[in-house]
Amino acid sequence: MTRKVTLTVNGTVRSASLPDRKTLADLLRQDLGLTGTHLGCETGLCGACTILLDGRAVRSCLMLAVQAEGHSIITVEGLAPSATELHPLQQAFCDEHALQCGFCTPGLLTTLVEFLHDVPDPSAAEIREAISGNLCRCTGYDTIVKATLSAAARMRAP
Amino acid sequence: MKPPDFTYHAPETVPDVLGLLATLENARLLAGGQSLMPMLAMRFAFPDHVIDLNRVAALGFIEHHGATLRIGAMTRQRDLLNHPAIRRHVPLLTEALAHVGHRQTRNRGTIGGSLCHLDPAAELVSVATALDAVIEIAGPSGTRDVPMAAFPLGYMTPSIGPDELVTAIRIPLPPAGHGAGFLEFSRRHGDFAIVSAAALLTRNSSGRIASAVITLGGVGAVPLRLAEAEASLIGETPTAPAFARAAAAARGIDAMEDALIPAWYRTRLAVTLTGRALAAAAARLS
Repeated sequence: MTRKVTLTVNGTVRSASLPDRKTLADLLRQDLGLTGTHLGCETGLCGACTILLDGRAVRSCLMLAVQAEGHSIITVEGLAPSATELHPLQQAFCDEHALQCGFCTPGLLTTLVEFLHDVPDPSAAEIREAISGNLCRCTGYDTIVKATLSAAARMRAP
Repeated sequence: MKPPDFTYHAPETVPDVLGLLATLENARLLAGGQSLMPMLAMRFAFPDHVIDLNRVAALGFIEHHGATLRIGAMTRQRDLLNHPAIRRHVPLLTEALAHVGHRQTRNRGTIGGSLCHLDPAAELVSVATALDAVIEIAGPSGTRDVPMAAFPLGYMTPSIGPDELVTAIRIPLPPAGHGAGFLEFSRRHGDFAIVSAAALLTRNSSGRIASAVITLGGVGAVPLRLAEAEASLIGETPTAPAFARAAAAARGIDAMEDALIPAWYRTRLAVTLTGRALAAAAARLS
């Protein structure tokens, strides 16, 4: 069955007509053109497709697009405050070389934005646990943890 | 892969869910979606209808009445993990929840969904067994209560009819001053438990063990209570030799075997984790 879905994505109200079986990830990528959300496994294992649903980090491959009706979503495209400025976490990833191939990066950023909101002053061990659901097959976890620690310090600064 | 074709329904009340279950053929209930969605994508499940429970507001709550905690079936695992009354009164549940999947899956995953999926390695299934939880089920002829011990009929098969819905879980609070311990061994944090062990202890006025619970997850088709070992601990002093004797009972379990983990390995883990879970519980007696 096809139905119309209306949701807020990165602050803008968007609508699309789509089949019931379509996932939220495919709505974002195929219908809204937001290809920053990456699809690795489509079965909830890799974490690359993580987005923020009403502020909470969730896997967009494990939600149907129709379930997002009326909800507010932030994708990796919506993290930066402006076209010329990066989110402090994105800037720290850049500075600390926390991305290699970049495939897992959108999911890590969205997961860690929520985590740093909940835990503003985390330990390296807490960060590693927070990203246990995000697979980086370049295995660049050390720089990801370093970047997160440095972003946390920057975001705590008055 | 993508999910197969189906018709989506989003009822907003429990009677509406029951009405859909009564009329639709080959329907599946969608709770947090952290197990059903992968099963759809991998084409393990082919429902004609998917009934989404996420709009049923009455299924999401945490109530604390006297000596009972009552949790709505659609309560998110994240909300349970962060709940101060649960942390204070049922620390076993909080400790186990930290091992349930990952931050992103706990944000969607629900307690009712996990109990109904009934994965043998699921922490919530194991802890509900340890805590003697009661499952509240609504159906066309009213509601019924099922004790957790009778809820699993077999491997991933809960005692729920096709026209029924789990609405809530009641947990009798363990007595104040009890000690709880939950330990799990998995390859990575958040992976399925190869073995998990949950232990609860209470102590009498002379310092001896008054009651003991030992539950093993991941070893069999359903969580395993070590009833004889539990009974053998009563009247003992809560110290290492008694725990070693109780843990040795896990040597007799009939552990599962799979492509990666042989049965003997699960059995040895079960013995070690049982001893450690009992020691952790004893350290928290007050």
